Amino acid sequence: MSRLELHAVTKIVNDQRAAIARWLAHALGALLLAVVALPASAQLTIEITGAGEKRLPIAIVPFAGEGALTASISSIVRADLERSGLFRGIETPVMQPHPTEASNVDYAEWRARLADALVLGSVATRPDGKFEVRFRLFDVVKQGPLGGVAYTLTREQARATAHRIADYIYEKLTGEKGVFATKIAYVVKRGNVYELQIADADGANGYFVLRSNEPILSPVWSPDGSQLAYVSFEQKKPIVYVHSLRDGRRHVAANFKGSNSAPAWSPDGSTLAVSLSRAGGSQLFLVNPDGSNVRRLTRSNAIDTEPRFSPDGRYIYFTSDRGGSPQIYRMPASGGAVERITFDGDYNVSARVSPDGRHLAFIHRSNGRYQAALLDLETRQVQILTDSARDESPSFAPNGRMILLATVIGGRGVLSAVSADGRVKQRLSVSAGDVREPAWGPFIQ
Amino acid sequence: MRAIWIAILCAMLAACASTSEQTPAGVEDRKGAEARGVEAGGPSGVGLTDAQRSALTNPSSPLSKRSIFYDFDKYDVKPEYRPLVEAHAQFLRDNSGLKILIQGNTDERGSREYNIALGQRRADGVKKMMILLGVSEVQIEAVSLGEEKPRAQGSTEDAYAQNRRSDILYPGEY
Repeated sequence: MSRLELHAVTKIVNDQRAAIARWLAHALGALLLAVVALPASAQLTIEITGAGEKRLPIAIVPFAGEGALTASISSIVRADLERSGLFRGIETPVMQPHPTEASNVDYAEWRARLADALVLGSVATRPDGKFEVRFRLFDVVKQGPLGGVAYTLTREQARATAHRIADYIYEKLTGEKGVFATKIAYVVKRGNVYELQIADADGANGYFVLRSNEPILSPVWSPDGSQLAYVSFEQKKPIVYVHSLRDGRRHVAANFKGSNSAPAWSPDGSTLAVSLSRAGGSQLFLVNPDGSNVRRLTRSNAIDTEPRFSPDGRYIYFTSDRGGSPQIYRMPASGGAVERITFDGDYNVSARVSPDGRHLAFIHRSNGRYQAALLDLETRQVQILTDSARDESPSFAPNGRMILLATVIGGRGVLSAVSADGRVKQRLSVSAGDVREPAWGPFIQ
Repeated sequence: MRAIWIAILCAMLAACASTSEQTPAGVEDRKGAEARGVEAGGPSGVGLTDAQRSALTNPSSPLSKRSIFYDFDKYDVKPEYRPLVEAHAQFLRDNSGLKILIQGNTDERGSREYNIALGQRRADGVKKMMILLGVSEVQIEAVSLGEEKPRAQGSTEDAYAQNRRSDILYPGEY
């Protein structure tokens, strides 16, 4: 499954000016987010509990002059790459003079240190007080540069810049997009206080967007990452809200008589699928994110809930007990014939479609254990991904490589991440609290 | 500054209208709350009269009992809880201006969202029985709390049995 061959590239192809322009546009967005950001009282910490079979050895030399920044760029890049389970950071020697991206590379020496790839970089302080970070990635085996980028940043943007560098390296070496610069949303429960939080994919920079004395669940990101839909119990019943992350404003998307829950965004962001009990039972409805244009999608005497759109928007996958036990079904998003998808066992719920539309992650119960499973939609083969007993709420990383889950370990709610091949495993927890209801955000445009 | 922030947020949130069919949700200020992130408020219920309250809290009356418990994976009202439901149905017929909330609950096992649907089925079952007993549908809202508000903590069979439950709540109680 791992495609870790190094791609030989003979010249540096990056248009640095375009890269800087793209980055500045992103930084502006990050600044807007920071206005409504409030540091969370406890940081999410990640520990790696399983790694890929074959990890690519990479040497990331501390960037020359990076001490001028509060965060060590090279350490964050290394931690990002190692957390993916696909890379192994190699200890680097103290070198005089300290190499930069412009230095000549002694490939034989790095080969002797068993590195397959090498990253060199530098940080310079500009007269206006900003910083310039440059780096270059080298293929040690084929003895050539693979590319490099320069970024201009403020002191506060050091972590975000490091994540983008890690994304660049990851994409060059694996051929798939990195997710280190993405965000995750999740719910922390401490005592009777619930917080909907957002953090960087490495757990840093967590802040809450909603705090309540009543449960919050089922957060889902709008496709452009600017809004979260979720269910809040603050009115003593489940109500679906849409919350803008740009300005912290929110509005009710579904508050009908009865229960309103399980929101899911259509891929174009124009529609929410929800489960409503307004007509009796729990049935699927479509509604515009502003709460208008409500139309019924399913008509059964059974439970129909947990809708999810396929990435192409054609289908809605959902959980129903119309066959006697909860199973996963799908139907055209415009309505029509319902097709059963899962058959193995008497409890298959919480379907999430992979970003490429080819797999379903879901929760499968067997012998009283609730475990994350992956179904190949073409072959219909099912693979159990974890050995835990209380998995819930799977969520794909936007590149499809990892699946984030809620689980219970030692009586406490934690998040765990597992690769789609089941090999790489991580655990994310907070001190003195339960973490649950994870939702991995989209790629940042 | 903090108070201004909260005031602005509350004004913005209160201004968020919902569609005509839907109930808008209010957001209230919480003293000592940290600013910027949104603080969720609670509903403001209209209370009962003194006479109604004393009728509902008299420990010798079946009206003081508010909970219906279920077997695993079941949602039918067991015969032993029928007198309780009948007493509340009678009370609602006699006080036709009163509205109640029935909250269905489940134990913690399984998907949170699926458990909301299971809890809904329990609450709907009590509601249907009351309607058959002559209560007007407009007096009853059946909702689900799923596994989110367990009465008993812990992962024991005893805790699970406590948490598979429907609760009847009168104004001011939710």
